[in-house]
Amino acid sequence: METRRIPSFGLLYYWLIVIVLFLPIFLLILFSFNDSTRLVFPLRGFTLQWYGQLSKNPELIRAVRTSILLALGSSFIATVLGTMGALVVVRYEFPGRNVFVAVAALPLVIPYIILGVSLLIMLHSLGVRLSAWTAGLAHVVISLPYAMLVVIARLVGFPQNLEEAAMDLGATYWGALWRVTLPIIFPALTAAFLICFTISFDEFAIASFLVGTQPTLPVYLYSQLRFPTRLPLVVSMAAILMSASMAIVLFSEWLRRVGQTPQPKKK
Amino acid sequence: MEHPRRLFALIGPPSVYLTLFFLLPLGIMAVFSFRAGTIGEARNVFTLEHYRQFIANAAYHRLLWRSSLMAFGIASISTLLAYPLAYFLTFQAGERKLTLMTLIIIPTWTSYLLRVFAWKLILGTNGLLNTLLLSLGIIDQASPILLYSRTAVMVTLVYVWVPFVALPIFAALERIDRSLLEAAADLGCKPWEAFLRVTLPLSAPGVIAGFFFCLIPTLGEYVTPLLVGGGQGAMYGNLIQDQFVRALNWSMGSVMSLAMLLAVIVLLVIFSRMGSFSKLLEL
Repeated sequence: METRRIPSFGLLYYWLIVIVLFLPIFLLILFSFNDSTRLVFPLRGFTLQWYGQLSKNPELIRAVRTSILLALGSSFIATVLGTMGALVVVRYEFPGRNVFVAVAALPLVIPYIILGVSLLIMLHSLGVRLSAWTAGLAHVVISLPYAMLVVIARLVGFPQNLEEAAMDLGATYWGALWRVTLPIIFPALTAAFLICFTISFDEFAIASFLVGTQPTLPVYLYSQLRFPTRLPLVVSMAAILMSASMAIVLFSEWLRRVGQTPQPKKK
Repeated sequence: MEHPRRLFALIGPPSVYLTLFFLLPLGIMAVFSFRAGTIGEARNVFTLEHYRQFIANAAYHRLLWRSSLMAFGIASISTLLAYPLAYFLTFQAGERKLTLMTLIIIPTWTSYLLRVFAWKLILGTNGLLNTLLLSLGIIDQASPILLYSRTAVMVTLVYVWVPFVALPIFAALERIDRSLLEAAADLGCKPWEAFLRVTLPLSAPGVIAGFFFCLIPTLGEYVTPLLVGGGQGAMYGNLIQDQFVRALNWSMGSVMSLAMLLAVIVLLVIFSRMGSFSKLLEL
């Protein structure tokens, strides 16, 4: 580009967007240190009391625990199923392949409320008691396509002859998959798992219909948003969560890139 | 099919799971929509009554129409804002491209609920925007209308969607062969001409993908209106939620959900006509 004004305008625009994107997060962190129960300007003074009170709130801690267990479980299943789906999509041609891809990818765009209420109706009809685990059933459905896409991206650049070599040397197909393919794509699997984890951990729209009396963290936070005096506590929790999930994302992004770079040839 | 057993062993579990917990519930919901009532004897009576009510109720249609317009507006504005962003990252960010891209994505992985909630702190009566405008002397009284309105819902949702819409546009721009742009310049195209006749058409698949990926889920949005929309900013999703949470009229809720599912499918068909679904997944 010959004109120099265009790049500087682009850069300005970029940083403007970044500032807006981070503004709400920054505000929440700011208010978490504010010495007032009301989340309004002007700010009052610096305090750490909200952070101190966090550990004294058993409901909150229970909700955090529920969410972590739920996210661990659902992302594990989603990663396993997503990896199977990715292997099929990348390695096999078969009738119905497009249908499989379409159905697996559909939860990416379908409004979550539809998934939530339809599962609610089914579980209710079967007489299943609602709990965090019933929300987990839906979390697997919504995170599976993300896991599949991440693993597909890795498998596309994967030299299939490594598997063939292992099989020539006497490994079964499953042995080759387990001992050659999976270890090599392991960074992608971890990245997929972490992405699924953050999706489940943060999910509210579906969970609010399905958790029953066992609130996950987002459901608990939502219930607290109605009580103005509890807001600072929620906000300090949010500040911690946001920092933690940013750290997880950076880590998984790093893993994904490590996984994408071609493996150095030995010898 | 060289190894049907391997194929079935791999495709079996995800297919069974998706059938049981994704497709089957939708089917059961469709059956439920014909039930006369949610509990008791009425459960076993099948009727078209809820469909009749749904078709007869003009208020439902108005809300559905208004939500569609809002979703359409949100998707359009998000796409317009995301395009320059993706363009900058692709053509002008140089080596820092991926780092700058990551910076855009990071906020989207933090709590959705709380980011939306934070907009209350920005748009509220004693919020950031009012405080700022007051101190600058642009307004002399805090405006309460910023929050709990359709505008608040749209602003917040555009905020949520811009990074996600930028992703497919970025991917499409990245795939453009740079020599085409050089050729255009060699053949005497001015930069804006080259943009309109080469870059823009070639990035169209990404633009279309971003637009629809925002439009379709936004149609069913109910959390954001709940937080910042108030009565005025309610969307069709809130209507559905009401049937399940407050009115406990699940059959009616099922009819409404099916209507939305139909809209989603229509949009997906339009989308797949405009650009291939599998191309987007880069298969």
